[in-house]
Amino acid sequence: MNYFARRAWRQASAIAVSLVIATTAGSSAFAVDTIKWMHLESNADNLKVWQDIAAAYEKTHPDVKIEFQFLENEAFKAKLPTLLQSNDAPSMFYTWGGGVLLEQSKTGAIRDITAAMDADGGAWRNSIAPAAVDGLSIDGKVWAAPYQSGVVSFFYNKDMFKKAGVDGDAIKTWDDFTAAVKKLKDAGLTPIAVGGGDKWPVHFYWSYLAMRLAGKDGFEAAKAGKDNGFAADPFVKASQLLADLGKLQPFQKGWEGATWPDEQAAFADGRAAIMLAFQDTAVSQVHAATDGKGLAADNIGRFVFPTVAGGKGVITDDFGGLNGWVVTKNAPKETEDFLKFLTNVDNERAQAKVIGIIPTTKGAEDAVTNPSIALAAAQMAKATWHQNYLDQDLGPAVGRVVNDMSVAIVSGQVAPQDAVQQIQDAYTQGN
Amino acid sequence: MSDATSFAVGTTSSRPLSAARRRPLTRGTRWPLLLLFLPPALLLFTIFVVLPMGEAAWYSFYNWNGYGLPALSDWVGFSNYELVFKNSVFRQALINNALIIVISVLIQVPLAMWLATLASSKVKGAVTFRLIFFLPYVLADVAAGMIWRFVYDGDFGLVGGIAHALNVDAVYPIADKNLAIYAILGVVVWKYFGFHMMLFIAGLQTIDKSLLEAAEIDGASPRQRFFRITLPLLGSTVRLSIFFAVVGSLQLFDMVMPLTGGGPFNATQTMVTFLYSFGVMRMKVGFGSAVGVVLFIICVTLAFSYKRVFMRND
Repeated sequence: MNYFARRAWRQASAIAVSLVIATTAGSSAFAVDTIKWMHLESNADNLKVWQDIAAAYEKTHPDVKIEFQFLENEAFKAKLPTLLQSNDAPSMFYTWGGGVLLEQSKTGAIRDITAAMDADGGAWRNSIAPAAVDGLSIDGKVWAAPYQSGVVSFFYNKDMFKKAGVDGDAIKTWDDFTAAVKKLKDAGLTPIAVGGGDKWPVHFYWSYLAMRLAGKDGFEAAKAGKDNGFAADPFVKASQLLADLGKLQPFQKGWEGATWPDEQAAFADGRAAIMLAFQDTAVSQVHAATDGKGLAADNIGRFVFPTVAGGKGVITDDFGGLNGWVVTKNAPKETEDFLKFLTNVDNERAQAKVIGIIPTTKGAEDAVTNPSIALAAAQMAKATWHQNYLDQDLGPAVGRVVNDMSVAIVSGQVAPQDAVQQIQDAYTQGN
Repeated sequence: MSDATSFAVGTTSSRPLSAARRRPLTRGTRWPLLLLFLPPALLLFTIFVVLPMGEAAWYSFYNWNGYGLPALSDWVGFSNYELVFKNSVFRQALINNALIIVISVLIQVPLAMWLATLASSKVKGAVTFRLIFFLPYVLADVAAGMIWRFVYDGDFGLVGGIAHALNVDAVYPIADKNLAIYAILGVVVWKYFGFHMMLFIAGLQTIDKSLLEAAEIDGASPRQRFFRITLPLLGSTVRLSIFFAVVGSLQLFDMVMPLTGGGPFNATQTMVTFLYSFGVMRMKVGFGSAVGVVLFIICVTLAFSYKRVFMRND
């Protein structure tokens, strides 16, 4: 071994040793812990907010490095189970809570953050809205750090409504809604944009209709398996109404294969008048538009999902998400501390301002400036019941069946009665 | 004397040494060599082929979500297999796979052979065409799927553009459950005919030109020359090409996912996309493993019986 080879060898082994120290021990002064942050944010402006927060944290914590990892929504859902068990698991990742989080919590692949929440007399826990913490807790253990909540509602193109002679503010019942759809159709316009290929955008319709008909008590009875569970009458009726909507052929052409970005683009380009979507639609549609501009803010109207005649649900029952960050089993010990930093009032404010989240941290609400999002926040403040997305709440297997059936119902592939029976069968079979 | 003894000792001690050195090269060769060279291959084969297969078979008897190890309480016997065969989407996937095989054999292989006969002739530019026809095969499957998703898009894609230019209503091939599978078949043929063409070109080059020349002198028509000389001599290549087409069709996955994801309404599921959407994505790894085992059995049965029946003499 000559001198150079020996030196190279020594360097290589030194690097190897330091790598081992960096990845395992983390106690050495030179070691850097890397927090791998897996997110679904494809918008560069929004990501910038997080990058700035991460940079601020890195500055005060020189031993921590934060690395961003991106996956597209559907790809994320599909890849996560495998990823969590690999050595490549992220340190923290996005969650919708519900049954999927429950499944993950049972596996030992993720870490409960109760201790961090309750440290210093519960400083972190007390800084966040209790309902949000509860929403991501299972049997008293907190499994994710909440950062935003939301509600799904209808958004519409005011110009197109005017053209068809429809008053968006006057839509209060499902009959009003279907009448509006017919009017738009008669005016030669495409009433609704939907991403049927991704399926979950259609499940919003089924879920809301079911909520309006069954009400909170009916839903809880169904989950408990009483009175035929999800095959009970209100669910059959909800499916029937959805099938009737489908018969009007209200969707954009090619909706069966369209994805969520396609749906947003159809609405943002003014090719379809209505979209049932997330609270930040007025903001996000800009980036989804083909021309990068989208609809003018004052051209977008909003109305709450209408009530259904004879239904037990009320207009203040909300359907929407609650999102947080889950910490994985082998994540660096600083991850919880970083999450606490990420969800502090100032950082939540920054996210509310740019990304348009409805923050779950107390005192950050005042940063919601967008009028459309402020309306959603006001609606949520009055909520009598907040139901999480069914494809998350009911767990990965049943949730996918709900999505499948929603599309099958609206396209007339499966009769309402059979569809709800399939959901119920999946539910009794479990995840 | 002492010199002589030392010499004698020297020679006697050197003889067994050289004999020992020579022996491994002759009689005892096999075992040490086998011990040296077999383990790496055997180990790799065991770790990456035999073990996963065994694991899949084991998992398929559990109702298991893929985390940790399946517990004894998750044991469900053959119920996963029962669910697989009762599932209408799986039956659709089987039909689709069969359709892909049929199209591959009936359209893709003849097309490839026809183009091979053209591209192997000594016409100017034949080599360029060979390259062009081969290009789709070089493209990654996922990339091909995404490109064709755009081509088939009725709003902004090629199909939409053509419809717009012709002033007719746009069609959405991958959004229509009756059309979608044909849209996929089109891409399959487009993607893989170049590969089969290359096989045939290689096969054509092994045919003795003098046979064709002799036939030509005897007055055989181009048709006769093809069916009486070229095709019979290409027999083994055709059988190989069909074999690849069949096995490839059964494994079709990465092109379908970005193109349709198995939709709309599960009209374009193949067995592997079914496995992925209903096993992996729903965290039903036990069920997915059962699909995998069924797929494996179908593949092995087809491959072995095909080799037995058609490729016996190749």
